[in-house]
Amino acid sequence: MLKTRIIPTLLYRDFGLVKGVGFDSRRAIGNPLQAIKVYEMRGVDELIFLDVRATLEGRGPDFALIDDLADECFMPLTVGGGVRGVDDVRGLLRVGADKVAINTGLIECPGLVRDAADQFGSQCIVASIDVRRRADGAVTVWTRSGTNDTGRDLVEVAVEAERDGAGEILVTSADADGTLGGYDLESIGRVACAVGIPVIASGGAGTSEHFVEALGAGASAVAAAAMFHFTEQTPLEGRRHIGAAGYPVRR
Amino acid sequence: MARVAVVDYGLCNVDSVLRALSQCGAQAYLAHDATDIKTADKIVLPGVGAFDAAMAELTRADLISPLADAVLAEQVPFLGICLGMQLLARSSEEGGAAGGLDWFDAHVRRIQPGIDERVPHVGWNEVDHDESSPILAGIPTRTDFYFVHSYHLECSEPDEVIATTPFAGRVTAVVGRGTVFGVQFHPEKSQQFGLRLLANFLAVTA
Repeated sequence: MLKTRIIPTLLYRDFGLVKGVGFDSRRAIGNPLQAIKVYEMRGVDELIFLDVRATLEGRGPDFALIDDLADECFMPLTVGGGVRGVDDVRGLLRVGADKVAINTGLIECPGLVRDAADQFGSQCIVASIDVRRRADGAVTVWTRSGTNDTGRDLVEVAVEAERDGAGEILVTSADADGTLGGYDLESIGRVACAVGIPVIASGGAGTSEHFVEALGAGASAVAAAAMFHFTEQTPLEGRRHIGAAGYPVRR
Repeated sequence: MARVAVVDYGLCNVDSVLRALSQCGAQAYLAHDATDIKTADKIVLPGVGAFDAAMAELTRADLISPLADAVLAEQVPFLGICLGMQLLARSSEEGGAAGGLDWFDAHVRRIQPGIDERVPHVGWNEVDHDESSPILAGIPTRTDFYFVHSYHLECSEPDEVIATTPFAGRVTAVVGRGTVFGVQFHPEKSQQFGLRLLANFLAVTA
């Protein structure tokens, strides 16, 4: 059976890894190369690496950095941050990314997902969608590291990304991010019902039971950052827990 | 040290394959033209990307007959990875109806997911085999490897299917005939057992 993936997320900013709450007040947590080596040693299922300042700083991906990191990574690696053109996707795949996450580009670069999927295949394009709940209760898609409300509906953007050829949807709740209080299950469930491609739940995981909740809501895989950085829980324990709950996991 | 040509047609993650082969003790280099292919002891055709785009690139680089000469005529051991395995087929339905290298009597079709399955088939899944093939030596059946693909290879010749994986019924995980092999999963991303498979390939001789 296809195993359920638990995916540590690494957020990169200003030469180091960071992790905050609600997409801001980020704390430095260390060196990305070291983190990748540790996760490699622990045999985690996959990694997501996001350069969270690239778009805000008006720059593209740091290919040299990804090249160095991928050299240490004998597991699948998804890379995002500053991807605005097909050349960015090609460049990241060449230096060792297995999949490329597109976030702001989903909204601001029409045709990008379609062109990239046509050339490189759907399986390496991840539509990364950040959501926040507005004061009026509406859940909308935010771009530019969660600083810009597009006013667009989550499901509408997800369905559009699938139609254009994205191979997976990474749904991150900016409100839940870093809180350790659990995923935005409603958003995950809405997207999982609306698309046929795998959905990765992101933002808010604090315990392995939160993984089980997200999988129950329809996610195919779960991502977590703060939980692995700031608590003593490991991806391996998470694997055991969701395995005990009946989900297939790697032995 | 085996000189391993990693065919570079500009569409995919070649760095990981190079590095994994080096880790296994090979002298791996990128091959861009016929000369690079001729000097190889072994050839790896990696791949992510779309079938038709990849065939167009191989044609444009004038690599199709040099590859066939080396692999089919001179029996230089060959390993196709992911799309690189699918390209061994006669044809594919990806990107219209494209023709492949036609080294195996096989056709590439889009995966039709079963209940509760989603396409692409992405993640770790088990590879089932009878433990008799040298390419899988030391790798127990049901070991998990990393897959990421939306299309799969349907072989007409059952003897050429070395391993399968339970998804959408069954998908072909490993094919082989003589010294020509293809794997649907990514050994370069499958940690310990992935490296073992690459080491097994490096030990294959004509």
